[in-house]
Amino acid sequence: MDGRRITRRRFLQDSARAASALALTAWGLEGARGTASAQELSFPVERGASLRVLRWSQFVTTDRPIFEQNAARFTQRTGVPVRVEYETWTDVQPKAAAAANVGSGPDIVIGFFDEPHLWADKLVPVTDLAQYLGRKYGGWFDVCPQYGYSPQRNAWIATPIGAPGVAINYRVSWVREAGFDPDPARFPRTTDEFLRLCRALRARGHPTGFALGKAVGDGNTWVHWCLWAFGGRVLAPDNRTLTINSPETANALEYARALYETMIPGVAGWLDPHNNRAFLAGEISLTNNGISIYFAAKNDFPEIAQDMNHAVFPVGPVGRPTELHLFSQAYIFSYTRYPNAAKEFLRWIMEDTQYARWINGMLGYVSHPLRAYTNLTVWRSDPKALPFRDAVARMLPHSYAGRPGPEAARAMAEFVVVDMFADACTGRRSVRDAIRAAEDRLRRIYRS
Amino acid sequence: MEAGLPHAARGRAARLGALVESREVLGWALVTPALALLLVFLAYPFLLGLWLSLTDSRIADPGRFVGLENFRYLVGDAVFRLAVFNTLLYAGVAVALKFVLGFALALLVNRQFWGKRFVRAAMLLPWIVPTSLSALVFYWIYDSQFSVLTWALRALGLVSRPINYLGDPDLARASLIAANVWRGVPFFAIGLLAGLQTVPRELYEAAQMDGAGRWAQFRFVTWPLVLPVSVVVTVFSTIMTVGDFQLIWIVTKGGPANATHLFGTLAYQRAIQGGFLGEGAAVAVFVLPVLVACVALAYRTLRRED
Repeated sequence: MDGRRITRRRFLQDSARAASALALTAWGLEGARGTASAQELSFPVERGASLRVLRWSQFVTTDRPIFEQNAARFTQRTGVPVRVEYETWTDVQPKAAAAANVGSGPDIVIGFFDEPHLWADKLVPVTDLAQYLGRKYGGWFDVCPQYGYSPQRNAWIATPIGAPGVAINYRVSWVREAGFDPDPARFPRTTDEFLRLCRALRARGHPTGFALGKAVGDGNTWVHWCLWAFGGRVLAPDNRTLTINSPETANALEYARALYETMIPGVAGWLDPHNNRAFLAGEISLTNNGISIYFAAKNDFPEIAQDMNHAVFPVGPVGRPTELHLFSQAYIFSYTRYPNAAKEFLRWIMEDTQYARWINGMLGYVSHPLRAYTNLTVWRSDPKALPFRDAVARMLPHSYAGRPGPEAARAMAEFVVVDMFADACTGRRSVRDAIRAAEDRLRRIYRS
Repeated sequence: MEAGLPHAARGRAARLGALVESREVLGWALVTPALALLLVFLAYPFLLGLWLSLTDSRIADPGRFVGLENFRYLVGDAVFRLAVFNTLLYAGVAVALKFVLGFALALLVNRQFWGKRFVRAAMLLPWIVPTSLSALVFYWIYDSQFSVLTWALRALGLVSRPINYLGDPDLARASLIAANVWRGVPFFAIGLLAGLQTVPRELYEAAQMDGAGRWAQFRFVTWPLVLPVSVVVTVFSTIMTVGDFQLIWIVTKGGPANATHLFGTLAYQRAIQGGFLGEGAAVAVFVLPVLVACVALAYRTLRRED
């Protein structure tokens, strides 16, 4: 710590500098390790410390054993017992909320999106840890400080863990049959071309499927991608001015309506698991999802695993990636009696030996937040995992173009953008009325 | 000293005896534990909820007193108004159907037939099964692609394409009402059956002697005697249906586009997931008039019965 004031701008600058260094020296993971010796950091754990960690339940079966092995090694090394508790990913936030309110519960929570910003003043600052990891591993991707850094606290309040990335999952043979090249490198790169593919698939009896119900992950990721791809956004960068009511949003909804015509009936009621099942059952040819469908297919449906692949979301008229992924970060509640042990644990799981083992073992289910991990083995070992590699690098925060915080959390919890798309796609409301309804809800949320 | 002790002890015993024999003291002593439990586990959460509804409290932030601002906000909120409509529709239709079907079932199983005990026990199954489990079953039954119901209807040639149970707002509401009815009919049936069994057989015999047919027996004997218990069962069921949460949350999470949000799910979404505790509490407090009306009705009925 050099005592200089830490600002979001400064972290972004640090990240950019680190990225340049990474590009210039062609650093891989080995390179990052090589520079680490002068940067080692460790937190002196408190005597008699023990830790409770609350995190999301595994999506892929290799996650939990490896995570617990890493925790056990930490215990062996430091003598600090670690109890890991699991909750369904959408239930982590309610549990953490209860802990924040009563001031008792898990020492560390590994949650999603802007949870830490909901109780920013109840958390242990982790600026030293974030700076250390950033320096050692080539810098954080741009979205990381937006989620991990709190302007209110003027400090990092969470440690980005990574993001279960979301990509287009598709059946190779059906895409080929529709007259398109199924190679991910030549997969439709623009929204127009993508729509043509979806129409061709539908015309051949292979509908697509994108969730429009209260699907926290699958619903939010694709509708935000679509909204941003056409230049629509909820908020201006001043974090106050609502910008949802715009011609760009209308264009996004018109596009979604066209895409909806290629979808299988029933998507308006889909929750998160529905598209996985429909894809594995061969009912749909294309959807948005993490690598979990492929993981399940490899275990139980090898013929589908062989006939499926992934591609990054196409780029819309804005001309750059506009993806949303399920950003996960770990934070430490200030009621913990062992803040150093907690920070040491987070440092431990984010160090290359442990982190690489975890991500590689999960087949890349979580995309890394630190640039040096771009070189992980998993991103080279299975070409079908490659589209997930740069998920964090390409993503925007769900609050875009505003900042993560209580209002953005609420807007997402209330599915405002998802409902707007669902209303327009299903014809329950006209495009204009759907936008107005969403604007009305957002106005109330941001005014409150 | 030796002479004094028995005297003092006698004095204490006499005072204790007087206390125990005092109706007021003994009454309070016996009621206090129950009262303490009620205060801690019912009154405190209730009053805390009321207080929160008058604040702009967020998670980890006690907030400040804002008077009726949350209620004013909700009255102008389209999603809340939709939740009010959904709740009234859900509770109204589901309770009415449960009453009719439950009464019919109670009349059926009140008759003598072989295997009566088994049927009565089996009848309770939907009520006994944990709600979360039965909700998961309905989650599958209403799946847009893999519904067993759709599969059966297609096999019978009654439909030609998948049914969009949870994607269409009206169908989603109807599907959830059906699931709630399935789960709640046994409660009515068993409650009304208990009522039916208290009707003296002699009254039916007398009615028959007076030439009353089956409908007249029901209209002038069964119905008046079962009415008090019907009201109580209906009131309890209304309270439970208005407060339903698990079924909705597991099957639709309030979707599609908030078409199935009830008070409970909306309050949870806003208070816990959205972090706005004050507003979420206000959503829950809006249930109070419905519940107070139900309790008043039950109280009045029970008093009349006394």
